[in-house]
Amino acid sequence: MWKFIHKLASPPHFYGLAARMVPWFVLPGLFLVAYGTYAGLFLAPMDYQQGDAFRIIYVHVPSAYLSMMTYMIMAISAGIGLIWRIKLAHAVAAAAAPIGAWFTFLALATGSIWGKPMWGTWWEWGDPRLTSELILLFLYFGYMALRGAIDDTVKADKSSAVLALVGAVNVPIIHFSVEWWSSLHQGPTLIKKGGPAMDTAMLYPLLAMILGFTLLFGALLLRRVRAEVLFRERRTRWVKDLILSGRSA
Amino acid sequence: MESLSMGGYGPYVWTCFMLTAVVFIICEWRARLRQRRVYRDIEVRIKALGDTQ
Amino acid sequence: MTDDTPGMLTGMFGVVRRDLLLAWKRPGDILNPLFFFAMVATLFPLAVGPSPEQLEFSGPAVLWVAALLAMLLSLNSLFLSDYEDGSLDQMLVSPVPLPVLALGKSITHWLTSGLPLVLVAPVVAITFRMPFSVTGYLMITLLLGTISLSLLGSIGAALTVGLHRGTALLSLLILPLAMPVLIFGARTVSLVASGDGVAGGLYFLGAYAVLVLSFAPFATAAALRISNE
Repeated sequence: MWKFIHKLASPPHFYGLAARMVPWFVLPGLFLVAYGTYAGLFLAPMDYQQGDAFRIIYVHVPSAYLSMMTYMIMAISAGIGLIWRIKLAHAVAAAAAPIGAWFTFLALATGSIWGKPMWGTWWEWGDPRLTSELILLFLYFGYMALRGAIDDTVKADKSSAVLALVGAVNVPIIHFSVEWWSSLHQGPTLIKKGGPAMDTAMLYPLLAMILGFTLLFGALLLRRVRAEVLFRERRTRWVKDLILSGRSA
Repeated sequence: MESLSMGGYGPYVWTCFMLTAVVFIICEWRARLRQRRVYRDIEVRIKALGDTQ
Repeated sequence: MTDDTPGMLTGMFGVVRRDLLLAWKRPGDILNPLFFFAMVATLFPLAVGPSPEQLEFSGPAVLWVAALLAMLLSLNSLFLSDYEDGSLDQMLVSPVPLPVLALGKSITHWLTSGLPLVLVAPVVAITFRMPFSVTGYLMITLLLGTISLSLLGSIGAALTVGLHRGTALLSLLILPLAMPVLIFGARTVSLVASGDGVAGGLYFLGAYAVLVLSFAPFATAAALRISNE
């Protein structure tokens, strides 16, 4: 078991393994997203309150979920890298950040677009999820800015790891604070919590989208980590051998 | 086509789905671009300096 | 272990005493953020207009934002002078555990930035027509909030010490983390004004301060080591 993890943490081994793993993530992911999109758009019944606009949920919720999950992955791998000094873990954290920021942006954009027909405005502070996502975006920017400001890779890894961990502790607190803050004024929200339980016909496509998004995220992450590893290890023997042997990128 | 207009919310719904597709494509593209560039840079450097570096 | 080795409390108070002396010699370090606080608070009435209802309504929020920004301003230089004159290196190799010294720095920061804000806020609050009962709660929330801000801010300051354009970066790092404090601090005071229960908000601020106290010195110490190795 330890041997497996040890091998996994070795950059050259991971580099090859990741390339082989990508299709296993992409194909099921695309399939699930295709099913979820089709079912969500055409098969699921219309919401009696929001009409067809509610279908945006099928991209908004998965994006929001992924934006949070990515931050946790980023923080956990950064923590692993910091505590156990595993280089690969730092590479994962660095690679995850931009993807997470994109998902956060997507959650904000879809949420805003959803809000326009629902509330008549492009932004509603009263919706706790939107506000939380905005703060999460700032957390991502801060992380990436800190990385960018430090030239030395090792230092950048460690500093940003501390930041990511502190941020991770704060994320649930931020959520809680924003929930409380928005509850002070019963504002309109996109998705009613504790509302009527979702019809299974509505739910299954959503679950498929969430799972599909997660798999596609995995594929994206694997690609980025590969590139990251290649860059960080560019002066090592194994990379030289790899390039000289002319094996595919 | 009833389904396409989404009860009048068509532009909103379709924009969101298109946007999602675009974001995924951008991410994938950038990842591949990065990989390719890193690879090429290393290749150039190794070929230039020979195998002694 | 001879008796020459300073104990942890001695080490911590040593840091506090030294920094307080330094601040005493340079009163600007304490006063400038306070002036900044007053000026930022003044910006809002200037921008919004002198209508008394608006002022009274926005008072807690404006004062809290101004306090937050003033704290950020003073956090920038928390480790800067130590970095420049070599005291930071001394701290890194001191037999006193680094988290303890970091805590000492946070305490000093609070004493020279947070506490003065708490004391000065009522004066500025008058210009916002804040009733005295509300002002009392403003001071309590600021008291609890600035403790959290000093502790959290130390982490940010440690991460960005010596970095090019660390000032803006520090703000970018700390502001998202400070939002719970801002939310609960400002909104709790507003709730007082409208007569609602505020115990929950105060409990949160207190609990958050305790939580931050439990990890911030360690994070600050880790960040100091990383920034200076």
